[in-house]
Amino acid sequence: MTFYGYRRPDGRVGVRNKVLILPASVCASDTTRIVSQQVVGSVTFSNQLGCSQVAPDQQFTMDVMAGYAANPNVYGTVVVSLGCENCQMDLVVRAIQERTNKPLKQVIIQEAGGTLKAIEMAVRYAKEMVAEASLLQKEEFPMSELILGTECGGSDPTSGLAANPLIGQLSDLIVKEGGTSILSETTEFIGAEHILARRAANKEVHDRIYEIVHRYEESLRVVGEEVREGNPSPGNKAGGITSLEEKSLGCIHKGGHSTVMNVYDYGKQVKAKEGLVIMDTPGNDPSSVAGMVAGGAQVVVFSTGRGTPTGNPLVPVIKITGNKLTYANMIDNIDVDASPLIYGTKTIEELGQELLKLTQEVACGKQTKAESLGYTEMAIARVCNFV
Amino acid sequence: MINAMIIDAADNVVVAIEPIKKGDTVTYVCGGQTKSFTALQDVSIYHKLAARDIAKGEPVVKYGEHIGVAGADIRTGEHVHVHNVESHRETLEAKE
Repeated sequence: MTFYGYRRPDGRVGVRNKVLILPASVCASDTTRIVSQQVVGSVTFSNQLGCSQVAPDQQFTMDVMAGYAANPNVYGTVVVSLGCENCQMDLVVRAIQERTNKPLKQVIIQEAGGTLKAIEMAVRYAKEMVAEASLLQKEEFPMSELILGTECGGSDPTSGLAANPLIGQLSDLIVKEGGTSILSETTEFIGAEHILARRAANKEVHDRIYEIVHRYEESLRVVGEEVREGNPSPGNKAGGITSLEEKSLGCIHKGGHSTVMNVYDYGKQVKAKEGLVIMDTPGNDPSSVAGMVAGGAQVVVFSTGRGTPTGNPLVPVIKITGNKLTYANMIDNIDVDASPLIYGTKTIEELGQELLKLTQEVACGKQTKAESLGYTEMAIARVCNFV
Repeated sequence: MINAMIIDAADNVVVAIEPIKKGDTVTYVCGGQTKSFTALQDVSIYHKLAARDIAKGEPVVKYGEHIGVAGADIRTGEHVHVHNVESHRETLEAKE
């Protein structure tokens, strides 16, 4: 199976062709909003971080910024910084250049002489870059070039019955095509980590799965949260969940049945053509999706029970629900109805093939509902308060 | 009428997708084939029923994985939940 995408100078393949106006910190975020509004074909996001962060948090922010610039859906990047933030321009530029050799321009607001001069400079760079990007022609590539991100949010009992198993089926199909699929949301592995670890390709991956779960629990324990205590909750049990294994399996089923080949820290560069891998991300949807997009995912599939509009600035997000009432209620937001799986009117193989075809169409340029509505919210994970 | 579903062909439990009464025929589709058994108890929507006899000590399988171990002999059609399933999770500490 193949799709038509954009070849990048670093050898990777994009399914969109955007110019990123990248704010290096919160102090540059309003400026990039104004710049992006002026340049059709550019995208930006509100970066709430980039300064006054402890070292592990600054690393998360740096990895997301570098990973966004390197994401294959991006043609090139204009970085805008204030000038005095911790995420200094030279650090951001070096982090980007370690991942990619794509077009890159820099604007420092304090050096440019304030808002108006910085905006003019950034708009001119971005307009030129969009013009270059628009000349790029699509080429045919095998599906093995795809890195698929998988996510669930606003879950209900149908998520574990239909939407997540369907995503797992797609994940297995992408792996069979030779691509990479990312299973995320470490908080939701808790209680089923031994089952995931059993599927590890080797001892190193096995141990890493325990390591990221343990590390996540420790980071929550620091502020007094005990995830395993009272889980499954009385409400879960009333809803039919018997054990923590069962609850977590409903979530990790997004990873299908493939062997786990690797475990990545948040926002790190994921290898193409690697099979099923795990990324250590939070259960919070926009920051988990951001970690996978920074890792290089070109497409994200997202299951929901209650219904959610979540999108992303760089990547098409395909929304799937197993709840027929939610599908009818939020049809403007949700791309796929997985409820035929529950009612036995379609098999998981049939629905899996349909979803693979939709993924191919989206890779070729078909807009998802989140894209067509202009949803681009995102967040960056963090472990600590500001300094 | 289809009133239950099986998630993985390897599972020994099915999930009620409608409220089920004692004596109801429980019907689900597995691999394109329709299968049935009789419910031995009332079962709420989204709760589990045994699709075959599960002996005490045998794993309870959902998602094709072990979600616990039968704490008693469970007959086909019985409600499968906290009263007859023991969590058998290997702890982090035991693994390390």
